Amino acid sequence: MPWVIAIMVALTVLAAGGALAMANLAAQARSDLAGGVTVQIVEADPALRDAQTRRALAALEDMEIVQGMRRVPDAELQALIEPWLGGGVRSEAVPLPALIDVDLNGAADAGTLDDLRAALGPIAPDARVDAQAQWLGPVFDAISALRWLALGLIVLLAFTSAAAVWLAARNALNANRGTIEVVHLLGGTDGQIARIFQRSAIIDAAIGGAVGLVLGAIALKVLGAQFAALESGMVAGGGLDPVDWLLLALVPVAGAAIALLTARMTVLASLGKMP
Amino acid sequence: MNRAVNRSEEEVARFDNVGLRYGTDREVLSDLSFTLFPGRFYFLTGASGAGKTSLLKLLYLAQRPSRGAIRMFGRDVITQPRAQLPSFRRRLGVVFQDFRLIDHLSAYDNIALPLRVSGVREDDLTQPVLDMLDWVGLGHRADARPATLSGGEQQRVAIARAVIGRPDLLVADEPTGNVDPEMALKLIRLFEALNRLGTTVVVATHDVQLLKKVPDSLIMRLDKGHLSDPTGALRFPPRRELSG
Repeated sequence: MPWVIAIMVALTVLAAGGALAMANLAAQARSDLAGGVTVQIVEADPALRDAQTRRALAALEDMEIVQGMRRVPDAELQALIEPWLGGGVRSEAVPLPALIDVDLNGAADAGTLDDLRAALGPIAPDARVDAQAQWLGPVFDAISALRWLALGLIVLLAFTSAAAVWLAARNALNANRGTIEVVHLLGGTDGQIARIFQRSAIIDAAIGGAVGLVLGAIALKVLGAQFAALESGMVAGGGLDPVDWLLLALVPVAGAAIALLTARMTVLASLGKMP
Repeated sequence: MNRAVNRSEEEVARFDNVGLRYGTDREVLSDLSFTLFPGRFYFLTGASGAGKTSLLKLLYLAQRPSRGAIRMFGRDVITQPRAQLPSFRRRLGVVFQDFRLIDHLSAYDNIALPLRVSGVREDDLTQPVLDMLDWVGLGHRADARPATLSGGEQQRVAIARAVIGRPDLLVADEPTGNVDPEMALKLIRLFEALNRLGTTVVVATHDVQLLKKVPDSLIMRLDKGHLSDPTGALRFPPRRELSG
């Protein structure tokens, strides 16, 4: 049984570690983008686009809710579209919108966006105002789905662990039936007999849990190092902090608790059939 | 009313129209009504298959009857909650026909088991267990596992385990079945010694010669699940109540 518990704990640590890393990733991304707003001036005429952009920049500078802003340089825009349209695209041939990156003091909620639109509308009629977090909405949804999947996996693994302990306890009961009957007939209570099996289950769970935790932690470290090597800004936010590691260290404790309860319930149910 | 209560407290066991069947088969024990009184020595006899072991199982609470009432030590054990039964079992000593020693425990630990189950501290059980080992002549085999003991030695460990807790009722199923006549007599003398200390003893045997070894014993005879009472001591209600 210790090896079964070790595997279950290792898988649970992996699933829980993944869920925690994704939660951190989503939280970091949300935090980074919470006050971010993009203003696009979508005007084909370069002169008009430039004029609207300058007026928009001036108007934004006077607004209290705006903490900072910058016009995205044309070179940066060219670099952004290069993967799709190739290098050297002339703005006369493919008009690109002017982009202004805005940092707000607070969150870019619907009310704030409406205020910005109202302020920019008269001076830059071709301005489009979008919260940056909105662009990552589908990514957040995917992360949320993966977190639920991890949670489901953890629940399934908990059930599987309980089933493994149940089988082990039943086998142990059958193997020791003669001894149990004697102790029962000598006046041993169900609780006394169950405690013997609980002790055995918790020792197995402790050994298996420790091994599983080490295996799971090593796997998480290796995966973490590989993701870190991607050097992607978003993935970098998906690490585990000390509190997360502390939570993961509780997985074998939870495993031991499940083993203890399952062994006790199995043994008591079986003893209940004795007179 | 008080008289009835007092009489009930005096009774070690009382069976009232008890029947036992396994599954849907016919009854293996039928209409058993008798009372066991404290400090008496009973033999339970009958041919093989007469139901001796089944009756003993009812006595040591390993089996519930299919019908009837059983009182142990003045209390109805049929309606007792299951959690209360261990306290009754701790007042019983049982010598099983097949000994039922625990293989992975030494003779010492097998004998100590009832005391440990009852929560006696290790410091307090060491001397009684050693004394008991000496009493059954196995002081030198304290650390031996059952597999290394002879049949007679195993028998004596089983008996020591049954009596270590000074039970109110000792039940022995064919305790002399696997030993030579000399050892059988020795075991019966052990039971008598315990009986003199106040323990009620019930010994199941089909050895007629054994009955003569304990002159004051009372005999219950089982025949195809029905009990007869050749010594007149088991009548229900007891004869003394009818005459008194």
